[in-house]
Amino acid sequence: MDINLLWIPLLPFLGFLINGLLGKRIGTKAVNSFACGLPILSFAISYAAWSRIVSEGNPLHWDGFPWIWIEGLVEIPFSLHLDGLSSVMCMVITGVGSLIHLYSIGYMKGDPGYHRYFSYLNLFTTFMLLLVLGDNLLLMFIGWEGVGLCSYLLIGFWYEDDANCAAGRKAFIVNRIGDFAFLLGIFLCLKHFGTLNMSALTDPTLIATLAEQTLSIPLLGTMGLVTVITLLLFIGATGKSAQIPLYVWLPDAMAGPTPVSALIHAATMVTSGVYLCCRLKPLFEASPVAMSVVAGIGACTALLAALIAFGQNDIKKVLAYSTVSQLGYMFFAIGVGAFSAAFFHVVTHAFFKALLFLGSGSVIHAMHHEQDMRKMGGLRKQLPFTHLTFLVGTLAIAGVPPLAGFFSKDEILFAGYLQGFTLGSTETAFFWGISFLTAGMTAFYMIRCVAMTFWGESRVDASLEGKVHEPGGWIGFALFVLAIASALGGFLNVPEFLGGNATLGHFTGLHHGHDGLSSEVLHAAEWQSMFLSLAIAGSGLLFAMYCYGKGKATREGFVASSPGKFLGRLSDRKFYVDELYAAVIVRPFDMICHLLFIIVDRIIIDGILVDGTALLTRSVGHWFRKIQTGFIPGYLLTFCCGALVLLYMLLNLMKGGGAQ
Amino acid sequence: MIPELDSFNLPILSLVTLTPAIGALLLSLVDRNNKALLRQASLMISFLTLLFSLLMVGNFDGSIGTMQLEEQNNWIESLGISYHLGVDGISILLVLLTCFSMPFVFLSTWKAIDDRVKEFHIGLLLLQTGMVGAFVALDLILFYLFYEAMLIPMYLIIGIWGGRERVKAALKFFIYTMVGSLMMFLGILYLYNHAGTFDLPLLLERLRTTHPLDTGQQLWLFSAFTLSFAIKVPLFPLHTWLPDAHVQAPTAGSVVLAGVLLKMGTYGLLRFSIPLFPDAAFDLQSEMCWLSVIGIIFGACMALAQNDIKKLIAYSSVSHLGFVVLACFVPDVETITGGILQMINHGLSTGMLFLMIGIIYERRHTRELADYGGLAKIIPMYTIFFLIAVLSSIGLPGLNGFVGEFLILYGVFQVFPLWGVLASTGVVLGALYMLNMVKRFLFGPLVHDQNRNVADLSAREIVYLIPFVVMMVWLGLYPAPFINMVKPTLSLYVEMLQS
Repeated sequence: MDINLLWIPLLPFLGFLINGLLGKRIGTKAVNSFACGLPILSFAISYAAWSRIVSEGNPLHWDGFPWIWIEGLVEIPFSLHLDGLSSVMCMVITGVGSLIHLYSIGYMKGDPGYHRYFSYLNLFTTFMLLLVLGDNLLLMFIGWEGVGLCSYLLIGFWYEDDANCAAGRKAFIVNRIGDFAFLLGIFLCLKHFGTLNMSALTDPTLIATLAEQTLSIPLLGTMGLVTVITLLLFIGATGKSAQIPLYVWLPDAMAGPTPVSALIHAATMVTSGVYLCCRLKPLFEASPVAMSVVAGIGACTALLAALIAFGQNDIKKVLAYSTVSQLGYMFFAIGVGAFSAAFFHVVTHAFFKALLFLGSGSVIHAMHHEQDMRKMGGLRKQLPFTHLTFLVGTLAIAGVPPLAGFFSKDEILFAGYLQGFTLGSTETAFFWGISFLTAGMTAFYMIRCVAMTFWGESRVDASLEGKVHEPGGWIGFALFVLAIASALGGFLNVPEFLGGNATLGHFTGLHHGHDGLSSEVLHAAEWQSMFLSLAIAGSGLLFAMYCYGKGKATREGFVASSPGKFLGRLSDRKFYVDELYAAVIVRPFDMICHLLFIIVDRIIIDGILVDGTALLTRSVGHWFRKIQTGFIPGYLLTFCCGALVLLYMLLNLMKGGGAQ
Repeated sequence: MIPELDSFNLPILSLVTLTPAIGALLLSLVDRNNKALLRQASLMISFLTLLFSLLMVGNFDGSIGTMQLEEQNNWIESLGISYHLGVDGISILLVLLTCFSMPFVFLSTWKAIDDRVKEFHIGLLLLQTGMVGAFVALDLILFYLFYEAMLIPMYLIIGIWGGRERVKAALKFFIYTMVGSLMMFLGILYLYNHAGTFDLPLLLERLRTTHPLDTGQQLWLFSAFTLSFAIKVPLFPLHTWLPDAHVQAPTAGSVVLAGVLLKMGTYGLLRFSIPLFPDAAFDLQSEMCWLSVIGIIFGACMALAQNDIKKLIAYSSVSHLGFVVLACFVPDVETITGGILQMINHGLSTGMLFLMIGIIYERRHTRELADYGGLAKIIPMYTIFFLIAVLSSIGLPGLNGFVGEFLILYGVFQVFPLWGVLASTGVVLGALYMLNMVKRFLFGPLVHDQNRNVADLSAREIVYLIPFVVMMVWLGLYPAPFINMVKPTLSLYVEMLQS
């Protein structure tokens, strides 16, 4: 049987239409079955397509129809393409997505906007799949902006609260800034490649011919064409995937319902920047400059976000910054050329971060929408299952073997280690150092989060006494499945030196060998790197356990000390980045707009030019009116003078004519 | 689908152009108190015109780029003025847009206009004849007549059925545009004097062969024509009449103004200013492009500073039409295709936004953003439609706005990267002011009790909004049929300019 790829995004879209248009009338049960059933069906098709690729080895294609198509000039089709990379991504989106849809049945129960919620969620799935399946950059851009739209709608889902709307708007606009660069990148691609098809953009010979071209840019000087293109696309990615300097929207995005945070702001949408880079691997590889920028931004974002995560007391904010930090890891991996590791981390991160978010959702749900960890503690007793699954997620993200995060993170750190030390790139060594430190910090702040929420004494408000119960049903089911995935997901891509064969890397075509190195050198580096990452993760974990267990006094002492207070405030206030942006960009821009309106539009154009002209006309008229005195001889005199002048002109004219 | 009636030799363009005017004549016979009949009759007439315009599309051969469905009759023979009509790829979509919007404009006035219904409908119908006529006229005098004929009904619509400061706004609109038109009229007379004809195709031919203009003449004539069109667009810094006119105009007036009338300016640039005086257009390219780019950014910044919804949308028009003017002056097939699509898209999205603002104005009688907020809960259906219009306006890929903007920006970027980049910032700014507006208008807490009982969209309102949404999705996902209609003409056009 032929598999028509269009069905993969189309099914959730039907869900969107049905729930959006009829949701109110068809009742909750029907909404549930459409909202969850259609993405599950979509998962089934993705699975079928994936197994087809496995068995036959050929990518699938859907030709579609001409979209923006001017014969011979701009030819952009609406066509879909499924290869190893996109099939895995599709399965993650529809798989984790379906689980989160199911989870939402429990989480959103009784919400007045129930059907609206599910229709948005379906729409999101559609756009995300379009982003992944689009066979050209511009089609991907539909998905890219579309998921941004859904993110906007879902962050502001409870729109009655001003803060939620502001967060949604911020997300959309910050993303648009990134998309502006993305669009310019697309223009450059279209101009120089002549097409936006993925196959052309990743064609090594084509890239090689373009690699020598340069562009001279005002203020920046001359840069390589490929560097400019990849950097522009990367700026787009920093928007969507929340990297410095455009990461600021993601923490605010936690205003949306928690399942949304799990699906959009952890598992899928925010990884699309990484997906973009993986998709265009050959292009990025052709620009060493862009690669080191990507690595640097990734490593720095990982560190900054981890530092901020230390000081957050809102359970979702901790997870949000952790997401930013993990995304930083993925970009670091891309920057050091480990595309396979980056994508592997996308997949494992989708599992454990979705698990963590859904776990936090379970806590928040049980706590009647309390998100402040200072008002939790000791929830292990009331929420044993949530605690267990959350712990699995925590250990997975911290990199404890053999859970999923261990394998993917180890691969990333190894790639950095190899390039930094074995191959001796100081720059990479430095960025590796940052990422390495961050690995320890990740373990620390995650244990802090678990400890504050589940361990120790209860700080739960007395009014909630006895009301905190484990949410069962679909919520429990989703947690269970994701916990299994987080525990075992790492085995998708066990590296060769541990006896695996890097299945995922090979299947997605992102794997690359290290040709120049002997296997002994390689293995030595692999073992060294693994021990180092185990050591750092372990010390982070142990130190956190100490601080939040027996060493409580030491910790409290440090927090109360003045450097502790300073650092605490810095972390709590998120290093004042939002304030900085507000002071440097947002407010001045707003002021300029208002000033321009008053000065240019009101005063100069309308006041001076328009009204001025009117005034001039009026005063001239006024002046001429004085001539109209009603004094007949005066008119007569003017008339005679005029006649004489005319006569003179006529005579002159005749003379001229006669001379000719 | 649409029968080819060419064999009957119907004067299709005359039918499209004159049906509304004939309808207006008939309407004048109807009793002024029979408002229902007046409304239904106008609606029927506009639907009939729409039908004729579809007939026009059916008989239009998209594969050739020359003038089609031409009609030429002597009119004032002694002066060489003829009744010469024709459509090509540049005008056909604009005619279609006009005929498409009018029925919905009429539907939108059923409740809003209750005073002097007869005159209002007659005015709108005459306005339609003026608009369509100006798009299809191929004789300069005929064009000028239609062009001016639009002005009077519009002036009256603003001046009589407008808001509190309607007279001032109408006067500002009238004087601004009149100044421009007079310049153009002088230009037309000069051209006649020079080349001896008012017939556009003939004139183009003569200017290129037997009667070339020297640089100075071109510059002056170009300026005269362009001033008139730039005011209509409106191009920065000639735009200040627009916010006032929009704010004061009744909904129907705003919709027609934004939806169609402004395009008269950009159409004029494409049809007259640039092809008649290509050297001057080329010489002034950089000035015109800078003005467009400034207009794009400036208009967006102004929109950000507004508290009145209609004013905000009016400034957004300044920004959006800046893209079109930019496209006109970087003449490539991509850019101009984009420019024409952008004209249509702007007509759809801004037209729909004004319709929707009219709907809320009927219920609450205020346009101040501060008087709203939290409406999404009260009027969910309205919110959905409004959001779609907003998304179309900010160029969300997959909806119509994106296609035009993409083609323009890409085309400009190819040739002049700096302008391309600067103009692209309009995309970010557009999202900024629109979403700000949506937040203050529809979301947030419900602070005003008066908003608690606002009624959601009625069936009639949904009926006239749905066609807009359909067109937005169609043009956004499958613009190919529209592009194909336009492309052959533009290939010839660009070729002609480059020679």
